[in-house]
Amino acid sequence: MTTDLLIWLIPLPPLLAFGAILLGGYRSNRLSTWLAVGAMVISWALGLFVFAQAVQTDHLGANPFTSSIPWLPLGTSVIEIGVLIDPLSAITLFFVVWTCLAIFVYSIGYHNSGKPRDAEDVPGLPPHAGGIEPLYARFFAFISLFAFGMLTLVVSDNLLLLFIGWEIMGLCSYLLIGFWFGRESARKAMVKAFITTRVGDVFMLLGIVALYTATGTLNFQEILRSPETLNRLAETPAILGLSLAGLIGLLLFAGTVGKSAQWPLHVWLPDAMEGPTPVSAMIHAATMVSAGIYLILRFFPLLTVGWQPGGPLTTTMAVIAVIGAFTALFASTIAVAQNDIKRVLAYSTISQLGYMVAAVGIGAFVAAAFHLVTHAFFKALLFLGSGSVIHGMEHGQAASSKSAAQAMPGQEGPAGAHEAHDHVDAQDMWNMGGLRRRMPWTFYTFLIGGLALAGFPIVTAGFWSKDEILSSAFGQGQPVVFVVLAAAALLTAFYTARQIGLTFLGKPRSAAAEHAHESGRVMLLPLVLLSLFSIAAGWAGIHHEFPLIGGAIPNFVEEFVGQALTEHPEALPFAFPPLLTSLVVSLGGLGLGFLVYRNLPRGATDPLARWLGPVHVLLRRKYYFDELYDFLFVRPAYWFAETFVYAWVDRKVIDGLLHGVGRASLRLGGWLRRAIDLPVVNGFGDLVGETTKAAGRTFRVIQSGRVQAYLAAGLLFVGLLLSFLLLVKP
Amino acid sequence: MIPLSWYLVLAAALFCIGLYGVLGRRNAVAILMGIELMLNAVNINLVAFWRYLTPALIAGQAFAIIVFAVAASEAAVGLALIISIYRQRSTVIAEEIDLMKW
Amino acid sequence: MTLLQGVFVVTALAAVISAVMVVASPRLVHAALWLVVTLGAVAVLFILLDAGFLAMVQVVIYIGAIAILIIFTVMLTRRVMADSGSQANRAWWLAVFIGVVMFAALLALLAQMPTWWQVTPPPLAASADFMVKDLGKSLVDLDRYVVPFEVASVLLLAALIGAIVLARPPAETAGKTGAE
Repeated sequence: MTTDLLIWLIPLPPLLAFGAILLGGYRSNRLSTWLAVGAMVISWALGLFVFAQAVQTDHLGANPFTSSIPWLPLGTSVIEIGVLIDPLSAITLFFVVWTCLAIFVYSIGYHNSGKPRDAEDVPGLPPHAGGIEPLYARFFAFISLFAFGMLTLVVSDNLLLLFIGWEIMGLCSYLLIGFWFGRESARKAMVKAFITTRVGDVFMLLGIVALYTATGTLNFQEILRSPETLNRLAETPAILGLSLAGLIGLLLFAGTVGKSAQWPLHVWLPDAMEGPTPVSAMIHAATMVSAGIYLILRFFPLLTVGWQPGGPLTTTMAVIAVIGAFTALFASTIAVAQNDIKRVLAYSTISQLGYMVAAVGIGAFVAAAFHLVTHAFFKALLFLGSGSVIHGMEHGQAASSKSAAQAMPGQEGPAGAHEAHDHVDAQDMWNMGGLRRRMPWTFYTFLIGGLALAGFPIVTAGFWSKDEILSSAFGQGQPVVFVVLAAAALLTAFYTARQIGLTFLGKPRSAAAEHAHESGRVMLLPLVLLSLFSIAAGWAGIHHEFPLIGGAIPNFVEEFVGQALTEHPEALPFAFPPLLTSLVVSLGGLGLGFLVYRNLPRGATDPLARWLGPVHVLLRRKYYFDELYDFLFVRPAYWFAETFVYAWVDRKVIDGLLHGVGRASLRLGGWLRRAIDLPVVNGFGDLVGETTKAAGRTFRVIQSGRVQAYLAAGLLFVGLLLSFLLLVKP
Repeated sequence: MIPLSWYLVLAAALFCIGLYGVLGRRNAVAILMGIELMLNAVNINLVAFWRYLTPALIAGQAFAIIVFAVAASEAAVGLALIISIYRQRSTVIAEEIDLMKW
Repeated sequence: MTLLQGVFVVTALAAVISAVMVVASPRLVHAALWLVVTLGAVAVLFILLDAGFLAMVQVVIYIGAIAILIIFTVMLTRRVMADSGSQANRAWWLAVFIGVVMFAALLALLAQMPTWWQVTPPPLAASADFMVKDLGKSLVDLDRYVVPFEVASVLLLAALIGAIVLARPPAETAGKTGAE
């Protein structure tokens, strides 16, 4: 009972912090920090406590912590608001609170807390010389609201509340991507992210409506743990040969496609890198994109209804698997050719999310959940590490331009002066190099994250979870998915090695990289913390038949997360081919990338561009998807708006109609005035007034002011009355 | 014996004389005197009716007492009014005291 | 004609003549004095009607208070009211007409009650003393005339205050009047 109440409290502190900062905390940066981080610490503690309780509970899947209260009475039915902690939400909660806390703490350092404000900084642009972020408090307010949305989504026990958290996050991502709204690219990116995810959300809302219409409830437990409901949905035919369950599954999956940036709605995520780096980590690792995976994991029973493990995939699952696998490969190919350190990570995220989606599509529930957790940790680590790199680069840039400016008057150093004034892109990996020595802590933590992403065997978490997905694909008899994912894994390892090589190895390729320095402790602490998780999180899911170390540690993930389903999924038998495959692709990709990129000199071009030629251009331009969408949707929308809606519908039809109504009203009014108002109404009014005046003028003579005249008149009339009564009446 | 009618005729005569005084005199004090005459006529009637028709009931005399009180009040207020007006406008001619007109 | 009838006729004639003098006298002081005569005649009539107490009240209040008050007022306002010219206003003929018509109407009404010409006063059941006591008691008796009595007393009080307020010279003109 107590735990149930605590679950209610988990999302609240960030919301209160948001309100408090908004309503007055913003005046003091220090207070805002304490409010936001303090609230997050409370949520973190509550979340961990609930997680500990959940782990210690036997058969949590069958008897989850749940509590709900009536919310919206709708005639005969009542929509309830409630919380639910089952194994799936428990592990999600676990990594969400950890990553959120890490990101909150990291943000303090990233936004130069405690430094004086630089007079040249303007709100809406990043500080350019190490001063405190001008909109510091606003940032913490936004991420607090964001954390509230995510925590609400995780603890929700029904789809409606989940959708509310989902949309709050959508709003916050819009606000945070455009946090530096002084940059046009940020403004465009925020709109793009919002509209693109909105496409998925509309379908998701349709799915919610369909689900509510079909079942009369949105509660997870009532729908997903009831075989009758699921079977009924599976047996009801819908359109296009799909069952109702399949249709609803696909509609909900469309929400995931938008939120988790799956092809074809992946375009917003790379552009979302315009936000401050903690935001990128927040959106792309810990919360928003995970929410999409969380949704399909949550609805796994609905998506896979009618499917037998090892049997052929249903249409819905096939669609999900194909999109996931395709996205995984597709995004990793793009990542190979990107130069922006954060963009590489963004495409890497899309690719890894594709992994999870594909895992769900082939029915590997546990593997997908496992990878969700490990990925959250190491991707947050990588993003925060890249933020640290960028931060260091920007400081290096400021430092180098300062020293160059001091050197300027003395000697005419054309090269140095040119370099100092050349504002290099602090996010371009080709301007980095050799940061290993300047930023050792960042390097080693980034290395851990990168190896986890690449799936470096045995020691990293990424290996275990990725291996699990590959072996599931192999074991479920999905060779195509297996091969595609393996290829994606190879590319992943390759671009990770490329990224690390370009960034940290070799010699510095710019003055900024030469002068870069390590970030502060408050930023490194989250990095270290997350790198610990990036290693250790994998140990929770080692297959019990794994050679040598299998069974040494209980396969916690398999046992715990598996309970979330009604039927505990059978652990697949251990097989060597997938293991070998992951070893080969991981080590091979890393080795290859390391060979190519370990020591590139200043001014070098990408060797890959030489070898691939036009294909590389295609990859660097992201398969021209932005241009394609621009051509397919944006321009037609503009055309439609300008030419059709504005010029024709609005100006001609609607305006014409309104003007017509207006003119007709004027005519009618004029006629009424002339025909009725002036002669009849006014005439009557004037008549009454004039008559009264005339009567007054006539009769006022009587009022002489002389008492005796009044009395005489009174007596006369009394006399008349008396005469009448006495003489005439009887 | 004196018939009741004699009293009534006398009272009517006094009343009408008083009425003329009220209606026909210019001086406000004279008007007040006319009113006193009319009140006296009424009193004569009241007492005469009491004496001739209902001697057992004291009502007639009681009414006469009330009329005395009213007459006293009326005289006091009326004369005060006249003095006040006289102070303001230096006149007691009823026809000239015509402020309350259009 | 009995003695009483003779007394009545004399008194009635005195009352009517003096009343006519009240409304006809060109001098207001004379009119006020004639009013005293009329009031006295009425007091005599009250005695004839066996209402001795009322006769006394008539003398005390009317003659002693009201008539004197009127005389004072006349004297206070006589400066501009020069005792010259007509005391009747322009519509005096209308006043005469109304008075005559009224008198005729009253006589006509009286003529319809022929018994009143013959009725004689019944003997009084009680002594004069008792009647005065009865009158006093009836004015304070809850079952009889206490309410009119109290209303009359309130009226007297209001008249008292009102007369004082009205007759008092205005504050700002008081000093001026004194200076003159």
